[in-house]
Amino acid sequence: MSETNARISQIVENNDVVLFMKGTPLFPQCGFSSRAVAILDHCGVAYESVDVLQDMEIRQGIKEFSDWPTIPQLYVKGEFVGGSDIMMEMYQAGELQQLMDEQQVAKAS
Amino acid sequence: MAMPAAEIEALIRAALPDAEVEIEALVDDGDHYRARVVSAAFAGKSRVQQHKLVYEALGGRMGGELHALQLVTAVPN
Repeated sequence: MSETNARISQIVENNDVVLFMKGTPLFPQCGFSSRAVAILDHCGVAYESVDVLQDMEIRQGIKEFSDWPTIPQLYVKGEFVGGSDIMMEMYQAGELQQLMDEQQVAKAS
Repeated sequence: MAMPAAEIEALIRAALPDAEVEIEALVDDGDHYRARVVSAAFAGKSRVQQHKLVYEALGGRMGGELHALQLVTAVPN
């Protein structure tokens, strides 16, 4: 496992909910990342975010790690959930909230 | 870094011949699209797997040549 893979692996294992995104939740740098942040905020869960624009290794590495070509990417309890389209579909169907409940992730403070 | 909608549609149809593909430009820049793809090939697959089938059809262009493709997948009724 490459060093980048090991770093990513550690990030997704050490955080119940983690969003790999462009920019930060306060200042998203892409419409899709902005949408992903809004969805997580609506779910009311606590989450960690990783700004891939600040780390080129993670920006490339996460695409290989997840076998997913785009950013944002959401992980819950170490499992890849999807990008912003899937997050939106799941949110609208109530499935994302259900997943967060089932996984007993912490609420946003 | 732009790609005409017809090319996206052709690539998806080549990989998923039964697919119903609707593509709409979100911004008129050849780079921001919304696509809805309906195919029997998605049956029994998770959303992530369904989207991956479409990304595979696009042969590595997604995230590169094609920056923004908002994607919705579904199985025919």
